[in-house]
Amino acid sequence: MAQIFHPSTNTISRFSIFGALFAVAGLLWLVLFMNRSYYSTQVNVPREQPVPFSHKHHVSGLGIDCRHCHTSVEESAFAGIPPTKTCMNCHSQIWADAPMLEPVRESYRSNESLEWTRVHDLPDFVYFNHSIHVKKGVGCETCHGRVDQMPLMWKENTLQMEWCWSCHEQPETHLRPRDEVFAMGWKPAESQAELGPKLAAEYNVRSALDCSVCHR
Amino acid sequence: MADMTTKLPVGGASTPIIEPGHTYGSVTNKITSIVLSGRTPRLWYVGIGIGFSLVMLLLVALTNLLFTGTGIWGLNVPVGWGFAIINFVWWVGIGHAGTLISAILLLLKQDWRTSINRFAEAMTLFAVACAGIFPLIHVGRPWLAYWLFPYPNTMGVWPQFRSPLVWDVFAVSTYATVSALFWYVGLIPDFATLRDRSKTRGKRMIYGILAMGWRGSAIHWYRYETAYLLLAGLAAPLVISVHTVVSFDFAVSLVPGWHATVFPPYFVAGAIYSGFAMVVTLAVPLRALYKLEDFITAQHLDNMAKIILATGMIVVYGYFMEAFMGWYSGSQYESYMILNRMTGPYAPQYWLLLFCNAVVPQLLWSGKIRRNALVLFLISLVVNVGMWLERYVIVVTSLHRDYLPSSWGMYSGTIWDWSLYFGSIGLFISLLFLFVRFLPMISIFEMRTLLPTSGKPGK
Repeated sequence: MAQIFHPSTNTISRFSIFGALFAVAGLLWLVLFMNRSYYSTQVNVPREQPVPFSHKHHVSGLGIDCRHCHTSVEESAFAGIPPTKTCMNCHSQIWADAPMLEPVRESYRSNESLEWTRVHDLPDFVYFNHSIHVKKGVGCETCHGRVDQMPLMWKENTLQMEWCWSCHEQPETHLRPRDEVFAMGWKPAESQAELGPKLAAEYNVRSALDCSVCHR
Repeated sequence: MADMTTKLPVGGASTPIIEPGHTYGSVTNKITSIVLSGRTPRLWYVGIGIGFSLVMLLLVALTNLLFTGTGIWGLNVPVGWGFAIINFVWWVGIGHAGTLISAILLLLKQDWRTSINRFAEAMTLFAVACAGIFPLIHVGRPWLAYWLFPYPNTMGVWPQFRSPLVWDVFAVSTYATVSALFWYVGLIPDFATLRDRSKTRGKRMIYGILAMGWRGSAIHWYRYETAYLLLAGLAAPLVISVHTVVSFDFAVSLVPGWHATVFPPYFVAGAIYSGFAMVVTLAVPLRALYKLEDFITAQHLDNMAKIILATGMIVVYGYFMEAFMGWYSGSQYESYMILNRMTGPYAPQYWLLLFCNAVVPQLLWSGKIRRNALVLFLISLVVNVGMWLERYVIVVTSLHRDYLPSSWGMYSGTIWDWSLYFGSIGLFISLLFLFVRFLPMISIFEMRTLLPTSGKPGK
């Protein structure tokens, strides 16, 4: 009987069996790699906004405190997005005619909020609370990075759960004195390994790993 | 078990396990012609028609489930486990017969397994496929079911390894993998036979690829036998371990009626019991449809009926122990649980289950009944129903009366629960009919070793 397959089929089939193994492993690696890539996490990607608001200019240039705009960060889960009125406090006098600020003035006239693009957006099943983190000595910078150096806002961290977890397991590695929470570029005078546990004891910070801490 | 296996005839002691007069050629012709002749019995079309219609029902029910959510089921507090878990346990249990026949009976050198092992293994695979649907949809968001596997995810957490539900994932996926490998390796020499006997190039190509270059040389056979024995050795412990782990889903909890040490052996016996019942349910119509009485003889029916009877008695011991422990434990919750089963709102199901699993199989003490294909078929159907009811009673009666009367409730399946259940049966039937049409349902080369002319059987 005639051969059905060419002799080269042997090599092809052997190769495809081993090849499939590598292909599957490679595909899995690719998926896990993509999950953590800047492309999918949007880390280090400056986002377009209706008005190109610069934290760099307002924070390091003018020295405005975070809480001037994000007023509820110490008392509430949500740090707060300032109303247009907050902008207009100054911009009715300074750069009052700048074309770049027209959407702000338009919002003020029409009483319609500016629709900012949200940069730090957690899933709805995560009940993150800013106030407790501020009270326990976690600096703005710890999660949001050097906001005073960002012309347009970007995410400094992935906000993926493994990132939350890394601090919730060992909170003392990321604590600073309460006075320094809103400071940018703060460095501990002594080593964090000495300061962290002291602050953790003083502020009664424990590792908080129960599911229900963040998921209700 | 030991006593039973020694009594099973080896190589045709009382009644032959292959009718006399067959030669190598006639065995091969008979089995390959089912696949290659193209003369498909009309009843085959009827069978797959029924199966396929039920598959459509399954697809409708699954679509509704995915779009609407698990609210279409009858589940609610306090009965949070219902048809999905019942059906899962039922199907996994049915799957156990295939591995028992192929692995354990192989290691015990029970030659009669040869006529039934191929389609029992296929049945195992299809039953596990049906079983796999239910935990998948029971998680509520099946598109996230991969979370059950430990992989370096961005959440930074692992599955809860202390939970038997995670053990289940490993047990069932291991079982599915090993069963599939075992089945496929066993098919390779037969694929080569089909390849060599096929008339058209397309069939030759397909069976040729599946045969993986099998030429039947001595080194091929040597490697084949080694691999098959190794796989049998791997699969044999799985017969015990898989349903043990399934029983842990219940036994590791603290629910009265679930938290019992008798559960693992009781579940394993129940699995083999229901699995053999399903093999009989399939074997009797198939042998009539394809006129395979020469290969699946009365001796096979007799042996399978004996296993059904033996494992059925172990299951009945389990029922007895549940009642006994209700009294002996002195726990008011345990004793209430068993009294509630016997006299509560689900008492009809409980007594029907005892009738199906404890009373009807007693008929099998009679050799005449064991060798009567029709009666045995009917008994196997009763056992299938009984084993489904057993899981229903275990799951529902234990949950519907919680510790506090304020959290008592009732449960019944909705039309969608039933649609999914019957749909899964349809999937099973469809896969099985496709299998008998396109693959040799009886192992050709192993049947040849049973012929008197073949000398001493190879294994």
